Amino acid sequence: MESQWTAPDDVSVALAATGYLSDARIAQVVYLAAQLDKPILAEGPAGVGKTALALSLADATGRRLVRLQCYEGLDEAKALYEWDYHKQLLRLQSDEGATWDDVEGDIFSESFLLTRPLLEAIRSPEPVVLLIDEVDRVELETEALLLEILDSFQVTIPELGTITAVTKPIVVLTSNNTRELSEALKRRCLYLHLPYPTIERERAILRSRVPDLPEVLAEKIARTVASIRTINTRKPPSVSETIDWARTLIALGIAELDDEAVSDTLHVLLKYQSDIDKATRELSLPNGAGVVPA
Amino acid sequence: MRDTLAAFVEELRAAGIPVSMVETLDAANALPHTDLSDRENLRATLGSTLVKQPRHYRAFDVAFDVFFGGRRPFAEAEPSPGGDQMGSGGGMNDEAFRDAVIEALLAGDRDALRQLVGNAVDRYAGMQPGRPVGGRYYTYRVMRRLDADDLIVRLLAALASTDTDSLIEDRIRREKAEAIVAQLRTDVDDEVTARLVDERGAEQVAQSRRIALLEDVDLMHATRVEIEEIERTVAPLARKLATRLSQRRRHGRDGRLDVRRTIRRSLGHGGVLLDPRFKPPRTSKPEIVVLCDVSGSMATFARFTLQLTYAISSELSKVRAFAFIDGLDEVTRFFGPRTDFADALIKMSSEASLVRRDGHSDYGRSFAEMAETYGDAVGPRTTLIITGDARNNYRPAGVNHLETVVRKARTTFWLNPEPRRFWDTGDSVMSSYAPLCDSVDQVRTLRQLEAFVEDAALSRSHSRQLIG
Repeated sequence: MESQWTAPDDVSVALAATGYLSDARIAQVVYLAAQLDKPILAEGPAGVGKTALALSLADATGRRLVRLQCYEGLDEAKALYEWDYHKQLLRLQSDEGATWDDVEGDIFSESFLLTRPLLEAIRSPEPVVLLIDEVDRVELETEALLLEILDSFQVTIPELGTITAVTKPIVVLTSNNTRELSEALKRRCLYLHLPYPTIERERAILRSRVPDLPEVLAEKIARTVASIRTINTRKPPSVSETIDWARTLIALGIAELDDEAVSDTLHVLLKYQSDIDKATRELSLPNGAGVVPA
Repeated sequence: MRDTLAAFVEELRAAGIPVSMVETLDAANALPHTDLSDRENLRATLGSTLVKQPRHYRAFDVAFDVFFGGRRPFAEAEPSPGGDQMGSGGGMNDEAFRDAVIEALLAGDRDALRQLVGNAVDRYAGMQPGRPVGGRYYTYRVMRRLDADDLIVRLLAALASTDTDSLIEDRIRREKAEAIVAQLRTDVDDEVTARLVDERGAEQVAQSRRIALLEDVDLMHATRVEIEEIERTVAPLARKLATRLSQRRRHGRDGRLDVRRTIRRSLGHGGVLLDPRFKPPRTSKPEIVVLCDVSGSMATFARFTLQLTYAISSELSKVRAFAFIDGLDEVTRFFGPRTDFADALIKMSSEASLVRRDGHSDYGRSFAEMAETYGDAVGPRTTLIITGDARNNYRPAGVNHLETVVRKARTTFWLNPEPRRFWDTGDSVMSSYAPLCDSVDQVRTLRQLEAFVEDAALSRSHSRQLIG
């Protein structure tokens, strides 16, 4: 589908050009998804760049991004399509003399259809990237809405028939793993498990996102964050928090990451007081660290 | 390659990972787009097509390394049957050999290291052909002779920088040294595996290396690493249990017609009642009361149920937890949503008053205290969850006290971590309590706990019918 890609390396180069640092595994899975026309299901903790992957893919391929944000209670009318009642009603009222057949055929035509993200992605004449974000938030039953799209890129509307994709979209689903997704959904996707990045990758991400950061400091930050993640905190620091931390250190003009500096800025990294206390204890930092406003 | 893939999928299934036909086909279709000479590339392909569950990756990696890993790093070096052959160690003595290893580790010289690892296995593993082992013991032997702990100490000394003495710095350095040695262990393991595979074929080696999936690990005998991993899966499970028990039904339109909103909506259609609105069905706010035996024999399991309770309490507001040994105390206060679980456990064991006499479980006395002191904790909306092995140390069972509590609750579940066949043996009085409960389940593994959570919905609707 993406004919410009002939190897996973092309994917990493294309993604890197948009500022997303992938690794060999991510590149290979994205490459496979493009070659096999399969959706990618990216699962992992919050803030490791699942959504960013989709955004960068759109950027790298020059495609439009169609985004469906999932939430509890999402239904067909919000995800797929809805008939425009108001317009249908107007049509009926404006045309009293017409026969039933005329009107029926008429009000259930595409001009009375309100497209929602899924249908929009299918009907788009130019290829798109479809992002179905936080799919673990919808109820198990609602997942079924997605299945037809995921395995054959089509939507069936009872009154109109089946609408098949003109151009096949690249589909990315993300999940924070707050609940287990159904087998049926997982089976249709390539599974991309995204854990926290390795020290090397996080350092590279820091270097690209915070260009002012000296190499030595980047290395230390990455290692310290990795170390904090091994402590069993309620909310381990995400990549975006690592970046915030690096920016904070630079803004404060801290060039040397000693115990004092870590202790003073820990609240940028950890958002719960109990986590801060725990990290302070585990890393045996000076006390009274990082007071967060209540 | 197709045959290998089929054998590999066979092994994954044997290890308990569900791999469907479609997924196998996906993997086969993906192979032409994969660089087969690149091990990690192949791992990405097979991992993303065959395994869709993060906690299965450990078992996947074990099988993968046997089937596609290792691939003899230097094919010309023949495995040395008969074990200790000092000749292939390059003539060095043990001390010199370890110095060479340290040097290669510090320089990150992968080529030299591969050579050394091969030599180390020749020297120390003492591999005996024909033995049906998984090879972990060989790896262990090599690492013991290389003295892993001492390697870490020496690496630390070499990594130590001169200018800083910060504690963070120390910790980071230690983690770095540990990571290097862990990598060495992996390298040795790869070498051992490769030799075993040469000798006996991948299928057999994979079989003897197979590890239990996380959901089948016995909670009573889990290792620390396994417990940590299991605890990570508790939160989603607790959320599911909370939803099941809340019996919210968003989809059924069985609420009553909301006349006001229906008329309001109709204004947009010129007064036609196109879009009837319904009052949302009343959602019941479930209350959960957990009674947890935390005596010595139950320690591991109690930790696990308390963690579940802790996770549920961030989903539902009305959760109360009681712990008992031969006395009972409310422990809800330790496990509030803003606390840290590990801290809470420590606080509970030092502050809660759970022991009245000798510190051996006394269910009868604990149920009596529950009925007398906390009688008002249980009401018609309460789901009561009792966890314990019902080993009462031959004391009075106090069935009448439990009955007092249970009669007030909506539903009562009992989770027993002991295998069913041991119930009612010795001092276990499970069958005295069982008739009072809506269900009694053996829960020894994550899989069984998941099954319980699934079923919680069923027995809930059942008991609702009874109440009518």
